[in-house]
Amino acid sequence: MANVGIVLISHSTQIASGVKELIQQVIQEVPIELAAGTEDGRIGTTMGKISSAIHAANKGDGVLLFYDLGSAKMNAEVVLEMLADDQIVIAEAPIVEGSYIAAVEASMGKTLGEILETLEAGFPPNNMA
Amino acid sequence: MEITKEHITCWIKKINEKIAENKCYLTKLDQPIGDGDHGVNMERGFQATVNMLETTSYDTVSSMLKACALSIMSKVGGAAGPLYGTAFLRMSLHVKGETIVTEKMFIEALNEAVVGMKKRGRTEVGEKTMIDVWAPVVEKLQEDGALHASTIIQTAKEARNKTEHIAASKGRASFFKEKSVGYIDPGAASSYIIFEALAETLEEGACQRG
Repeated sequence: MANVGIVLISHSTQIASGVKELIQQVIQEVPIELAAGTEDGRIGTTMGKISSAIHAANKGDGVLLFYDLGSAKMNAEVVLEMLADDQIVIAEAPIVEGSYIAAVEASMGKTLGEILETLEAGFPPNNMA
Repeated sequence: MEITKEHITCWIKKINEKIAENKCYLTKLDQPIGDGDHGVNMERGFQATVNMLETTSYDTVSSMLKACALSIMSKVGGAAGPLYGTAFLRMSLHVKGETIVTEKMFIEALNEAVVGMKKRGRTEVGEKTMIDVWAPVVEKLQEDGALHASTIIQTAKEARNKTEHIAASKGRASFFKEKSVGYIDPGAASSYIIFEALAETLEEGACQRG
């Protein structure tokens, strides 16, 4: 069995790579892909980057997406509607804490559903923008 | 009146021209209550969409609208990309399979766009967003049952100006709460441009300027 993959969607490449760095200090076996910044290197998020990151992070056991601000989520939602795969899910949890917890759980072999339950319990909906 | 592919091409070209002319204005609106990239994003996205239209041929109004939707979604970025992209995608879906798009059908398609944008942004009227322009304009069109250029411009302008007095409760501007009062919403401003471009397109019949 493979690990659930993680995609970090941030307006800033530095936020995304910083979160990845933080996670990889302890977890190396979980696929973590970044979808951050625009194609031309400015602040923002793009559907193209999100969909490539999902593709790269998906090892067959699903992918959890974490985002920073509202429009990142909107872009992710459009990509998900096009993919129509229920194993690719947007997590409603803060990008740093949420993805960290998800990575730890994924490294223990937890399923997508189990990780989502943990996140929901830890970060009850919904005070995210 | 029938809405043709030429109308759509003209509409998108006019949006692009107006966005380019107003790039600094849109950015200036977006700086105090947003991230200041609305003008740049819109210009990049609509220029890419015009380039696409100039080099591709489409069988139907629906397929053309769909291509525009995907281009806008992927090239505009920010929140405007998915929102305006959704608008064009919903319009495309509404006229799918139609060989002739009537005025009535086009108004319905615009209404579908509003439904889609509200859903995408989880937004209702009065939250200082582009919906504050789209909803009243489309409502007026439905009342009239016809596309009158002057009505579109007047309704869109009044609606855009009203956003100045609203405190944002959606989008990045909502973080500023009551401090967002006193600024026209950048999305409302670009939505006005979209409707002004539509009105001019309708007035001219189809694009005379090619």
